[in-house]
Amino acid sequence: MRCREVVELMTAYLDGALSAADRAKFEKHISGCDGCRAYLAQLRTARMLMGRVADEPMAEPLKAELMNAFRNWKAS
Amino acid sequence: MGVLLFSSRKPWPDGRSSYPGQRVVREPFDPDLEALRSGDEAAFEALIGRYHGSMLRLALSYLRDRGAAEDAVQETWLTCLRTLNRFEGRSSLKTWIFGILINVCRARRRKESRIQPFTSLFRRVAGEGRGPTVDPHRFDGHGEWLARPDNWSNLPESRMLSRETIGQVKAAIEGLPARQREVVILRDVAGFDANEVCTLLSISPANQRVRLHRGRASVRKALEEYLR
Repeated sequence: MRCREVVELMTAYLDGALSAADRAKFEKHISGCDGCRAYLAQLRTARMLMGRVADEPMAEPLKAELMNAFRNWKAS
Repeated sequence: MGVLLFSSRKPWPDGRSSYPGQRVVREPFDPDLEALRSGDEAAFEALIGRYHGSMLRLALSYLRDRGAAEDAVQETWLTCLRTLNRFEGRSSLKTWIFGILINVCRARRRKESRIQPFTSLFRRVAGEGRGPTVDPHRFDGHGEWLARPDNWSNLPESRMLSRETIGQVKAAIEGLPARQREVVILRDVAGFDANEVCTLLSISPANQRVRLHRGRASVRKALEEYLR
């Protein structure tokens, strides 16, 4: 396996979707390749940073409206 | 016993007088769901807070206008309340909520597209699903790295997690082709697993993975350019 091929398997690797044979080849390559390890780490960082995008509160007036709707729903 | 189980629930809105018996068996205990059904305001507020950023990002990916996206999120929550008693627990509560959001957004987008048929939303980007995700010039003739990608763990955390970096990530996600964008948001922003995303979007596992891989690779590339 060459680096050029290994980078295209990284999402499948992270999802545990590689066959046992491919996984073994992938891990063997990665263990000896600084470049691919760095690239995999970058993909993991990108994923972690995308998770941070989720931290965004709802605007207060919109939330107040919903809480009102919830109270009405509860009462009905 | 059966009476006790059902007594706190409202009747079906369409006039059916009782729930199917298997419903109780099928529905695993979910503390959020129980809290909502019992009218726990704090639980509802916490749920809104937990999912809002992801829901807004997803709505923005279909609607592209912040006001419209916020409306779609509101409509989703109102629909959830209206239909909560019909929720059968075949999926998790989170999957159910996001499924409603996707339906709301798609319906609104159809309406929008009747008014404005040529929006950039539906543009098919050339090469969207083909070719390598890493520039071939980064490899030598044998397919090995010419220059190693940077080690980001050397960068200060204050820079990696800065508002500006997160802004770059948001922009990179928004710039993805629509089919990659929805998968990336569901997987990496909202935190669904591969199976859940396949169910939500009715796509195959292979298709899900290709879209995710291409989308992630583009976000990584944008970050690399920004952090260089």
